[in-house]
Amino acid sequence: MSAETPLNRAPIMERFGEAIEDIGFTHGVHAFVAPPDIIVELCRFLKEHPALQFNFLSDICGVDHYPEAPRYEVVYHLYSLPNKWRIRIKCRLGDPPRVPSVTEVWRTANWHEREAWDMYGIRFEGHPDLRRIYMWEGFEGFPQRKDFPLRGYRDELNPFGAEGPRPTQPDLATRDIPTGGRVTPET
Amino acid sequence: MTEVTELSRPEGEAPGTKEVLLNLGPQHPSTHGVLRLVLELDGEYVTRVDPHIGYLHRGTEKLAESFTYTQIFPLTDRLDYVCPPSNNLAFALAVEKLLGIEAPIRAQYIRVLMAELARISGHLLITGALPMDLGAMTALLYAMREREMIMDLLEMVTGARMHTSFCRVGGVREDLPEGFLPKIREFCDIFPNRIRDYERLLEDNRVFLKRTRGVGVIAPEDAIDLGLSGPNLRASGVDWDIRRDEPYEIYDRLDFNVITRKEGDCYARWRCRVEEMRESLRIIEQCLDQMPEGPFQIDMPTIAFPVDKDRVHCSMEALIQHFDLSAYGFKVPKGEVYSAIEAPKGELGFYIISDGSPKPFRMKVRAPSFVNLQALFGVTNARYLADMIAVLGSLDPVMAEVDK
Repeated sequence: MSAETPLNRAPIMERFGEAIEDIGFTHGVHAFVAPPDIIVELCRFLKEHPALQFNFLSDICGVDHYPEAPRYEVVYHLYSLPNKWRIRIKCRLGDPPRVPSVTEVWRTANWHEREAWDMYGIRFEGHPDLRRIYMWEGFEGFPQRKDFPLRGYRDELNPFGAEGPRPTQPDLATRDIPTGGRVTPET
Repeated sequence: MTEVTELSRPEGEAPGTKEVLLNLGPQHPSTHGVLRLVLELDGEYVTRVDPHIGYLHRGTEKLAESFTYTQIFPLTDRLDYVCPPSNNLAFALAVEKLLGIEAPIRAQYIRVLMAELARISGHLLITGALPMDLGAMTALLYAMREREMIMDLLEMVTGARMHTSFCRVGGVREDLPEGFLPKIREFCDIFPNRIRDYERLLEDNRVFLKRTRGVGVIAPEDAIDLGLSGPNLRASGVDWDIRRDEPYEIYDRLDFNVITRKEGDCYARWRCRVEEMRESLRIIEQCLDQMPEGPFQIDMPTIAFPVDKDRVHCSMEALIQHFDLSAYGFKVPKGEVYSAIEAPKGELGFYIISDGSPKPFRMKVRAPSFVNLQALFGVTNARYLADMIAVLGSLDPVMAEVDK
């Protein structure tokens, strides 16, 4: 169901008209495509502009378009509580996928981004605590990628998994991920 | 509010004890499932909390990519298993939007009726479980008695107590059975007094009030920033209910109030849910009064099984279509949709990307409990360990939905 008054696009297009692309209104949501480098600026603008006030971050979703290129995508769903508008920002990412984190704009982005990192290996730069959230620490691979088999890889714990070597994922190294907020026992 | 400052450590005071790391869970009754909290304790104060989730991760989203749309309904049951009809409804609505269809009016009434029954059942559980976490066992036992009545009603309609899978794309699976209306009317007559009973049990209970009032306060701006939704958000004074603000199904024909509280503490969250049960009951009564006769499923043999089975028995084409639909599912046009409903726990959204095949290319569940659980960061610093249990209980996370 759409809101009674349509989204006021003028301020967005005036400020970001050259960088973002308007891909229209479908099923109650206005959608835009934006490049990753302006995502924080765009989100902050949408949240703070007095005529827009997209103050509620509904969801951040990772998508894998394998074997298309650019392969990855991050989709943000924002909601404006005062105006009752929904907006979708789609952001295509290459391989390895990197995008600035919006945790500074909304605190709720924290776990959404951790989920996208865990499932798709999308690196959110500037995230205070980018760790796996569902899978255990030390798990290899990103399970929701399209080239990850549904039943996982065969090993001693998983006799039903797929055969074959795991694809090499150069961005698997997690050592340079900051671990602020992580609770580690003192030695 | 004075109680808040009493509980906080005075500023500048050095901790008298060494900080201790404590694991709460994953097997602990008051974590409402398999949730592990790594707590940093300074004496009895919690200085840092780090929730570890994922113990119940079943990969619903990954699984959905290999299932047809009809096969996904049982998966949605297992998200918030306390109130599956809401989850079914949210998913059905998303797919219907992609297909550009709407369920018949009677089906919409049945769905709303079921969703509101589910809301009462979910709220009943937490109405009883929060006091139980705090040591008052009685309320839960009474709440379970009424929840059993709802379970019986659900079983009567769907054949299942928990995992109902009752919605279908374009309608519901079956019409309401005979004998259902008198039974639900009986429930509607009994239930208001029972809600009053829970209130009387707890609203003057000094221990319960001391443990919940002024504890775990979330300011409205924090609540929005943390992405809270549903009763948790409304308890902080933010007046937002998707049923009213973006009406889906037949909610625009119904008259109900959106319950808000100003305090934003554990008591307000508990209170909000109790009062929402009354509103849900009003919605159910209106549904029963307004429900028209008519089909319970859309008449589109490519999407829904025909109600009139004779067609399948007598016509070759209809038989082929029926087989095709059961074996391969139906194709959904290319496109993407984000559809959100007001589930008992908050905004439950389904984001589906379709590539034109009978299986979704990507299905993302915006699970309200997953987001609500994050609010632990916002409220628990420098509080007693025991308050953590109250806060956790009042946020009402269902771990199956958190872990997806």
